[in-house]
Amino acid sequence: MFAKILIANRGEIAVRVIRTARAMGVGTVAVHSDVDDHALHVAEADEAVAIGGAAPAESYLRGERIIEAALATGAQAIHPGYGFLSENADFVEAVEAAGLVFIGPSAEAIRKMGLKDAAKRLMAEAGVPVVPGYMGEDQAPGRLAREAAAIGYPVLIKAVAGGGGKGMRLVERAADFDDALAAARGEARGAFGNDAVLIEKLVATPRHIEVQVFGDGTRAVHLFERDCSLQRRHQKVIEETPAPGMTEEMRAAMGDSAVRAAEAIGYAGAGTVEFIVDGSDGLRPDRFWFMEMNTRLQVEHPVTEMVTGVDLVDWQLRVAAGEPLPAAQEDLTLSGHAFEARLYAEDVPAGFLPATGRLTELRFPEGARADTGVRAGDAISPHYDPMIAKLIVQGSTRAVALRKLSRALSETRVAGTVTNLAFLGALAAHEGFARGAVDTGLIGRDLAALTAMPEVPATVVAEAALAMAGFDRAEEPLAGFTLWAPLERSLRLVRSGREVRCRLRMTGPGSAVIDVDGTEVAAARKAGVWRFEGRSAHGTAISGGRVTVFAGHGSVFDIVDPLEQAEAATGETTIEAPMPGRVVRVAVAPGQRVVAGDRLVVLEAMKMEHALTAWRDGEIAEVLVAEGDQVAAGTALVRLEAET
Amino acid sequence: MKLRSRAIPTSEEFKANHAAHLEALRVVEEAAALAAAGGGARARKRHLERGKMLPRERVANLLDPGSPFLEIGALAAHGMYDDAAPAAGAIAGIGRVHGQDVMVVCNDATVKGGTYYPMTVKKHLRAQEIAEENRLPCIYLVDSGGANLPNQDEVFPDRDHFGRIFYNQARMSAKNIPQIAVVMGSCTAGGAYVPAMSDVTIIVKDQGTIFLAGPPLVQAATGEVVSAEDLGGGDVHTRLSGVADYLAEDDDHALALARRAVESLNRTQPETVAWQTPEEPACDPEEILGVVPADLKTPYDIHEVIARLVDGSRFDAFKPRFGETLVCGFAHVHGCPVGIVANNGVLFSESAQKGAHFVELCSQRKIPLVFLQNITGFMVGRKYENEGIARNGAKMVTAVATTSVPKITMLVGGSFGAGNYGMAGRAYQPRFLWTWPNARISVMGGAQAAGVLASVKRAAMEKAGEDWSAEEEAAFKRPTVEMFERQSHPLYATARLWDDGVVDPRKSRAVLALSLKAALNAPIEETRFGVFRM
Repeated sequence: MFAKILIANRGEIAVRVIRTARAMGVGTVAVHSDVDDHALHVAEADEAVAIGGAAPAESYLRGERIIEAALATGAQAIHPGYGFLSENADFVEAVEAAGLVFIGPSAEAIRKMGLKDAAKRLMAEAGVPVVPGYMGEDQAPGRLAREAAAIGYPVLIKAVAGGGGKGMRLVERAADFDDALAAARGEARGAFGNDAVLIEKLVATPRHIEVQVFGDGTRAVHLFERDCSLQRRHQKVIEETPAPGMTEEMRAAMGDSAVRAAEAIGYAGAGTVEFIVDGSDGLRPDRFWFMEMNTRLQVEHPVTEMVTGVDLVDWQLRVAAGEPLPAAQEDLTLSGHAFEARLYAEDVPAGFLPATGRLTELRFPEGARADTGVRAGDAISPHYDPMIAKLIVQGSTRAVALRKLSRALSETRVAGTVTNLAFLGALAAHEGFARGAVDTGLIGRDLAALTAMPEVPATVVAEAALAMAGFDRAEEPLAGFTLWAPLERSLRLVRSGREVRCRLRMTGPGSAVIDVDGTEVAAARKAGVWRFEGRSAHGTAISGGRVTVFAGHGSVFDIVDPLEQAEAATGETTIEAPMPGRVVRVAVAPGQRVVAGDRLVVLEAMKMEHALTAWRDGEIAEVLVAEGDQVAAGTALVRLEAET
Repeated sequence: MKLRSRAIPTSEEFKANHAAHLEALRVVEEAAALAAAGGGARARKRHLERGKMLPRERVANLLDPGSPFLEIGALAAHGMYDDAAPAAGAIAGIGRVHGQDVMVVCNDATVKGGTYYPMTVKKHLRAQEIAEENRLPCIYLVDSGGANLPNQDEVFPDRDHFGRIFYNQARMSAKNIPQIAVVMGSCTAGGAYVPAMSDVTIIVKDQGTIFLAGPPLVQAATGEVVSAEDLGGGDVHTRLSGVADYLAEDDDHALALARRAVESLNRTQPETVAWQTPEEPACDPEEILGVVPADLKTPYDIHEVIARLVDGSRFDAFKPRFGETLVCGFAHVHGCPVGIVANNGVLFSESAQKGAHFVELCSQRKIPLVFLQNITGFMVGRKYENEGIARNGAKMVTAVATTSVPKITMLVGGSFGAGNYGMAGRAYQPRFLWTWPNARISVMGGAQAAGVLASVKRAAMEKAGEDWSAEEEAAFKRPTVEMFERQSHPLYATARLWDDGVVDPRKSRAVLALSLKAALNAPIEETRFGVFRM
């Protein structure tokens, strides 16, 4: 076994790898960018090496720096985590050339699976079922369109070098093909420097079921499936194992195929073979097709760990250190059911826009495994993926596990940023999901219901108001003191775009009356705890002009700042970048007339493209950025002529 | 050192006291509710319809979340002007803005258009006096038609009348006590000088106006026809005249701008006293109502009150075996060190000497003084006069008058005669003076005064050989007794701003704490005493 390894990653996966390594007695070296110097993964590691600036290209993607760090600290092996350099064959070769061990598959295996079309051909040869499609060298738009027609609409256009939904477009009809192709190519070029695409048949009622495999370079085993059908725009939201409706026959067929796939490329370490499954008629062994293989540890690997009892990182280290496969196929068993939900800092009502902020509060409930890379007080920075944590639960049955997931979500407390917690909670309570009727279209179909902001009771608004007025804490003994008549404070809170007006009257040292849009709520403090209409407070946190009440899945209220509001009201003529990012397209020119809703600039941030649109009719006065510019949050992008 | 209470909360006496105090409190509470309601429901509705915040709401929204508000003169003008001016048409008090103690003076336009009655002027000036003595930045929330014309003779000409407001503004500004005005309504005639004389002025768009003469007067004087907005609206004053500095969209915005103005004042609290970690009293402050007799004539031990005011009920009594009718000693209130001077009976020569000594000690050590006043006066009679009680009383009065440490006075019982002077009555300029509802203040007791008048008259009548029956004498005395009774009542006193407010005895500790904190915004100067008559 290694004496020391370096983890070439950050966030929750780095923390997760470090914890297993420590449990195995293996020393750990963290690497970090400048903004991560106090990050949790740095604190958890035995040693840490700074490797550069905040942008991944200046730090976590700098292979040579990372190898230097490993050599300098005496680490014998490098664990890449997921993302960043985990599937970079050149990096693997460089690691090995430096005399170090790469904890993962060979460069050759990565290359074979890296190009989607070649991988599919290879798999077809190995007897693994693949989706009908075109993966040819000829990339002429005309040829691609003809192939699409031959396969039959609807089809998917996917970047050959892609992954994670990037450079991918769904095309419903021939008329839309050219536009979709251009968009997919643009994204692919930007992301991978390679705009070649492939075309695939779109499967009806598709389910995304993947199989965890583990190889030692020659032999491989599988650790059963994971169902990742709950996706939003190809981003997984909730994963589970076993897949609902899975039969032994189907599991065996998929497992065999996955093992064949791994063995065909001499796979070593943990990998995932993704299949698309036609779920329109239950799960049938003749209706699954190979999609791609992820040659790394997958984000959702913990659900597999929960039901198999296997620590996949432990296995990775042992196999990388030269040990044989720790278990034979017949020794592997699956017990119970597990779910994982991905908690993100994102603004769901605004269209799942990635969010940032300092986490003033972060608490996970007992009884759930929370894999996280942040603590209370840490910031969700705009430089990296805005995932806060993965909440993982296990139960004896799917129903029990789902109950536990619901409960864990409702007991999770996050403040300081907006999150998708309520959305996850709505999903966990979704009737179809509860029945196991999952497919990749579920979220899209029911998005409106899943993202609807639930009505908040007046008592919750009252609690937010009391916190905003500074009376929720008992530290200040004279808070709100008046000699005789109380002062009545008016408060303005905004919840999902709607302003709520409250009036707060302290009627005594521990009592208040809060008028919430005309409804009076009585509040009283007993033994340091506020009660609203007799029900005890949920708890609140305030930061950055925002109050979070820990009711439901956290009700967030923005505090109206009259200064900001007044500035916005007087002559707003510029549109600003809502987050840091890169300008990928400028759609307007000075002098051009636009109407409200017209696309002005497309910004790429956090792996997503965001179209910024005109908020009113007007004439473009000035375009302040150029395509390719990197802009900070708040940078003025386009100026409209002042309204007359 | 730790005071122990002898009170028995289950006793009949305790319960009777409690009930009597509650009744006295109820009367004040009703008066306070009336004062806080301002000009009544109709006027408030009209005010709100103009898009304005109500005055108390303006104050609340100006202050920090959770800020306490130590209101000054909450019951001013109570029972005066046919009750036409609740709270004298203005709110004044100390609160916190960005952690900084400030004095807020806010006109109530629902009360006769916010015009200044004589008591309004007095309240405004008292607020400014407190601000000046304690170095508190002033924020004026202006919404006033200026002087109340029917009362102009009592508002305009004298030294402590309307003009003094602007004089004070200039003097305070010169001492770097910031003056900030927020014009949230009219600001007419003399009133126009409040914003004009301020260091920073904010005006609300389409709502605030500042002019020396309003449109009707302009038309009468020159024939010019002009709208209020064009004459002196927010746009004019922030763009053309420069009378105001910031234009606010609405009340909310204006208050936020005022808060921002305070944020940039660059003020620090002088380090004046050695604060300790605050501690609740060991004896329950709620019991004050039961331990203090309802009848002023019933003596009680003032230690019972002190035990319910000070941190941990700990009291370091000074000279406890000498001049026992004056209790002196050191304690802490919400962590602030204080020297307490409290009456425990009539003042004798020894008590007065001890008091003077203790005031000297506190002055030397720069410890704020708290006076708990329950005093019928200095002892009278041949023995005492011959001993020189006036000489010893003068020592105490000299010490109290000339000390530089902050003095805070609380009337917890009677305040009669020269005892009022030695115990830092209003004339001795305590930083704050608060009154309990059971307190009474007059030059002497009503019965004594009637007795004095009657004996003078009897002497004159007997000299003239006339007969004066007992019934006639009683009838003669009655109006005097009644007049004293009425005029010594705390509501009568507070209406005329003889104090800074009536206080619920159970809130005394909080009021002392806030008063002390406010007072310590000013550095404590070295004391230079006058000549003590030895």
